[in-house]
Amino acid sequence: MYRIVTKEALKPTVILYEIEAPMVAKKAQPGQFIILRVDENGERIPITIHDYDREKGTVTIIVQTIGATTEKLSHKQQGDCLQDFVGPLGKPTETEGKKKVCVVGGGVGCAIAYPVLKKFHDCGAEVHAVVGFKNKDVVILEEKFKAVSSVLKVCTDDGSYGQKGLVTEALKELLDAGHQYDEIFAIGPMVMMKFVSKTTEPYGVPTTVSMSPIMIDGTGMCGGCRLTVGGETKFACVDGPDFDGHKVDWDLAVKRNQMYAEFEKHKHEEVCNLFRQEVK
Amino acid sequence: MANMRLDKNPMPAQDPNVRNKNFDEVALGYTEEMAIDEAKRCLNCKNPKCVSGCPVNVRIPEFITRVAEGDFDGAFEIITSTNSLPAICGRVCPQENQCEGQCIRGIKGESVGIGRLERFVADYHNAHGHKDGAPARPEPNGHKVAIVGSGPAGLTCAGDLARKGYDVTVYEALHLAGGVLVYGIPEFRLPKAIVQKEVKRLEYFGVKVVTNTVVGRTITIDELMEEEGYEAVFVGSGAGLPMFMNIPGENLKGVFSANEFLTRINLMKAYREDSDTPIMDLKGKKVAVVGGGNVAMDAARCSKRLGAEVWVVYRRGMEELPARHEEVEHAIEEGIIFKTLNNPIQINGDENGAVSSMTCIEMELGEPDASGRRRPIEKVGSEFDLPVDAVIMSLGTNPNPLIKSTTKGLEVNKKGGIIVNEDGLTSRAGVYAGGDAVTGAATVILAMGAGKLAAKSIDEALSK
Repeated sequence: MYRIVTKEALKPTVILYEIEAPMVAKKAQPGQFIILRVDENGERIPITIHDYDREKGTVTIIVQTIGATTEKLSHKQQGDCLQDFVGPLGKPTETEGKKKVCVVGGGVGCAIAYPVLKKFHDCGAEVHAVVGFKNKDVVILEEKFKAVSSVLKVCTDDGSYGQKGLVTEALKELLDAGHQYDEIFAIGPMVMMKFVSKTTEPYGVPTTVSMSPIMIDGTGMCGGCRLTVGGETKFACVDGPDFDGHKVDWDLAVKRNQMYAEFEKHKHEEVCNLFRQEVK
Repeated sequence: MANMRLDKNPMPAQDPNVRNKNFDEVALGYTEEMAIDEAKRCLNCKNPKCVSGCPVNVRIPEFITRVAEGDFDGAFEIITSTNSLPAICGRVCPQENQCEGQCIRGIKGESVGIGRLERFVADYHNAHGHKDGAPARPEPNGHKVAIVGSGPAGLTCAGDLARKGYDVTVYEALHLAGGVLVYGIPEFRLPKAIVQKEVKRLEYFGVKVVTNTVVGRTITIDELMEEEGYEAVFVGSGAGLPMFMNIPGENLKGVFSANEFLTRINLMKAYREDSDTPIMDLKGKKVAVVGGGNVAMDAARCSKRLGAEVWVVYRRGMEELPARHEEVEHAIEEGIIFKTLNNPIQINGDENGAVSSMTCIEMELGEPDASGRRRPIEKVGSEFDLPVDAVIMSLGTNPNPLIKSTTKGLEVNKKGGIIVNEDGLTSRAGVYAGGDAVTGAATVILAMGAGKLAAKSIDEALSK
């Protein structure tokens, strides 16, 4: 069993979990993900790794409470155990040999953007960061980002904190200011990654995106996570999760991700009702 | 005196129109009386061809003699001396091509129901336990062996080695042991409780099963050998990545690999209310399953049970279907429609990116090709649209590159299958392999045969 060593609510619906999983911690690298199941009847969900401590044998993930499984997870307390926790899966992000990069994170995607950004920094690159959130209340990890990036732009959709507007606008400003990046790395909601890719395309800057499509086994066996990239079918779990953002067929990817939207909404309500009854 | 009846005792089964709405086991198994009666049909040949037809060489006439005498425990002992997974083999082996295909009684009439008897003996044992209490555990011999993958190849290899006293650990990537037996083969053909019982029996003999461990990611084969002290490793990691046709529309919503569809149902129990794993709602929908193997039959029959109208689309004819005859028959009884001599050329979607139809072309059979089967040729101008809501691709698999790419000096063939010699040894010292990881998609029993061979080779190498 995989014990929750630390649970910390960064925001009411954005929770950090430090999980005891020594074998995963030993191997984890930025850009990789894990798959977890909360309980016996649980779904397998992929979550990108936020941090790891090889000595302590723990892996940290930051999860937004958004559906049935993450709801169930949010009711687990420090000291409780998760049913399953497997990884690290996928290929690590290639961070070597870059002189100057810009990392773009959206919402809880920033939790994943951080270790990648830090690795770029540790590999000697000059790192710029653009992070976007809905509003002031959900801004996370700002201090951590600040510590490892020479330029940090925080954006909120409503302007309640930092710069008002979307990450694509802030990114465009940096590009227009003449910054020459070896690579742009985007992590966040699919729609955000799509528009980051669209933004950078005219500038010809290589753009890598971290995809998190629907997935079951995470080892290549089911093919549920497949994407069309450059006209070819790729499996996010074994060929990715990082792909060339200019080659991803975004419309298809976005639609495929909606496959179980109805079911998920219904299941989430069901789980919430269950917890409400327990409280009564 | 043998029972000279020409036909086998029929297998009691759920009515087709009842079973195509539930996931309970289709075949119900022989009663004691049926088993004894069937066992008496065996002629107990001096030179039993059936045994050589069995990839794990079960001593068939010997166990059948015990069944005829009503000594079911004795029969179980004989079977399990060479076969670690009898309840599974009795259900999913293609006996018609193996033991039963060789049976003398099959020349004039039907062969002895060897598979049904094997199943009966295993089920009897599972229901009644062992009459002399628990069997003796082997003396540990101090050698450590790691097994990669807990499917039929891995479990067989593990079982054989554990009985010889080896310290065996099986590493499984998923959260449950069994490999294709739990994620691929449906409950109605192989109840999952049976798989777990067989795994428990191996654990009794000292096999350790470590789930949630992806060899190649969580730990590598090199680390298992260099850091964890395993003297030999058997790779039974299975077939790997599902194939697609590379036709337009294959990544639309509602197109699944059979592996994904079956995993949702079998491993994740998505058809049950209490499961958190979603599956497409197929009630009143139309589903096309593309392919003609056993996996295609499983996907078709599962779709039917979820309430769909189901077509199997296959480019050759009924005669050429690679699936077991019994599976095809069961599928037809349950109302699956076979559209053979048809091949998909495109999948069409609606404005939401969901499947709305599949364009197919009619085929005819030409001269035999390299595989010996008549080659399907497109009939020019015969394209038509099949209105469907979901498409399940069941075309086989490509090997998973993970183990190869993370293991020093492990050679694979052009198709990506691990290369082994006649002892099951790979190009890497101490590393053995077998099952689908070597051959590409094949059967449970062939994988078991390979696991058995590797166990023998490992034992010979380590006991020197």
